[in-house]
Amino acid sequence: MKIVVCIKQVPDTTEIRLDPVNGTLIRDGVPSVMNPDDKAGLEQALRLKESAGAKVTVLSMGPPQAEVMMREALAMGADRAVLLSSRAFAGSDTLATSSALAAAIRKLEYDLIITGRQAIDGDTAQVGPQIAEHLDIPNISYAEQVTPEKGGLRVKRSFEDRYQIQRVRFPCLITALSDLARPRYMTPGGIFDAFRVRVVERWTDADIEADPTQLGLDGSPTRVKKSFPKSVKPAGVVTHAEGRAAAELIVGKLKERFIL
Amino acid sequence: MTGIEKGVFVYTEVTDGAVNEVTLELLGKARELAGTLGVGVTAVLAGDGSFQPWRQLYAHGAEHIILVRNPALARYLTLPCVRALREAVVRFNPEIFLFGATPVGRDLAPRLSARLRTGLTADCTGLDIEEGTGHLLMTRPAFGGNLMATILCAEHRPQMATVRPGVMRKCVTEVSDEPEVVVIDAEIPEADMRVEILDTVINPPVRRNIREASVLVSGGRGMGEAGNFAQLERIADLLGGTTASSRAAVDAGWQPKDRQVGQTGQTVRPDVYIACGISGAIQHLAGMEESGYIIAVNKDESAPIFGIADLGIVGDAASVLPALETLLRAETA
Repeated sequence: MKIVVCIKQVPDTTEIRLDPVNGTLIRDGVPSVMNPDDKAGLEQALRLKESAGAKVTVLSMGPPQAEVMMREALAMGADRAVLLSSRAFAGSDTLATSSALAAAIRKLEYDLIITGRQAIDGDTAQVGPQIAEHLDIPNISYAEQVTPEKGGLRVKRSFEDRYQIQRVRFPCLITALSDLARPRYMTPGGIFDAFRVRVVERWTDADIEADPTQLGLDGSPTRVKKSFPKSVKPAGVVTHAEGRAAAELIVGKLKERFIL
Repeated sequence: MTGIEKGVFVYTEVTDGAVNEVTLELLGKARELAGTLGVGVTAVLAGDGSFQPWRQLYAHGAEHIILVRNPALARYLTLPCVRALREAVVRFNPEIFLFGATPVGRDLAPRLSARLRTGLTADCTGLDIEEGTGHLLMTRPAFGGNLMATILCAEHRPQMATVRPGVMRKCVTEVSDEPEVVVIDAEIPEADMRVEILDTVINPPVRRNIREASVLVSGGRGMGEAGNFAQLERIADLLGGTTASSRAAVDAGWQPKDRQVGQTGQTVRPDVYIACGISGAIQHLAGMEESGYIIAVNKDESAPIFGIADLGIVGDAASVLPALETLLRAETA
């Protein structure tokens, strides 16, 4: 089985703070991590490799700094790492991103493509299904559990209040929930090899034979018109109180609001 | 009445023979947008034709209905549904196409947008029409809710957006007749049936959906342990509400995932939100700051939750909650 796992380096959004004075984003010192859903997808691929035999390629589109994450993926057990990096991809929205990734995937062999459901910096959940559309293969989103079958997969697909067991044949794409598989740690030997011996292949737009009108800003139907900090509503009353005194304050307000 | 061409489309999501709430909410917003543009609102349903909620959709703002019909559309499958909706789009060229940001909408809309090669903006919290150009202004949280971004899709149509459940408000009017229904019989080729549903299992019903409760009593890490949520449940019962929680309490295994409020959980806007032992990470605030009235109880005076609370009590939930339960029992007796 040949598996391509798409991964993204993201700022750890739980570490992002707003400047309390001017309300802008403080990005300095925010650590970069492998997106959690993607990491679960990589772990799932490595488990399939162990149980059924597979070659696992990780693919990412991002700046040269993303190489650290690619080496982390190699240290976890990925067989090959391809980093797509070029000025031609700058300004990509999800459609342009999925076009570039799909073009790169066409250059790789695959039975199964795994993407994370969504990245924590964008939260769109769009790139996975869009890659599947460009490649004209079926996709199953929100995968919670995956079992290999002859020539395909059985997938537990999560919905709000239910799940479905779905069956799909290769080639196909699944998007991984972070519950799909708890990622392993890198091994010391794996880290040594990944950083000293192994190679992260660097591809540019010239390597993927994509239509240039579908990449970067030109290939992006959406544009950010403006971004702004959230409006802050005026603070209410804050008082120190315990026990009955606090309870009376709360009940008083609930009566004012006609809840009681 | 305005026409079906170049209007505002709303995808009609159906679960267990009922129209999803988010569809009705979107119709309310669609009516507002369509009013500004001077165009019509159309609800688009892909199905086998057996379910016909036309009057309900009409009452919530759909002047027109498109039913894309095929037996293969009886249950949601990505590829058949994308094909069905594309049929409706190429025939009537909508300006705007809205979807619920549900596990279905967030699978369907991306694939459809890629097939149509148009833009899609996920999880919008605000939709407006830009003066002068008539473009859709799509506002959504970015960077885990730390920032808001307004997105435009100026040169491609339709302008597509998903909106999280609970963000827009429904608008119901009395109707005495039924809207016009356009039926498109879609052809679904065998190649679209590459995913097979073997089984559907409904998770055991937990408690009431947190989006539907008018009072939410919510607990976080400061609740200390799973057992303390029983008290929140009793208080919620006394107030006719239900319990919710922060991500920390879900991650700790104290509460099931369906209780979680916030960026990676659900967006809620109850009349009253009582946050107990919740510090108020920005991801949590993003999911509840639109609540009508916010009461926060937390030991830590510097907790960010106090920044948005209407009533903030710096105190120990372990001391406040038992007293609150006693007092509420007396009040409601």
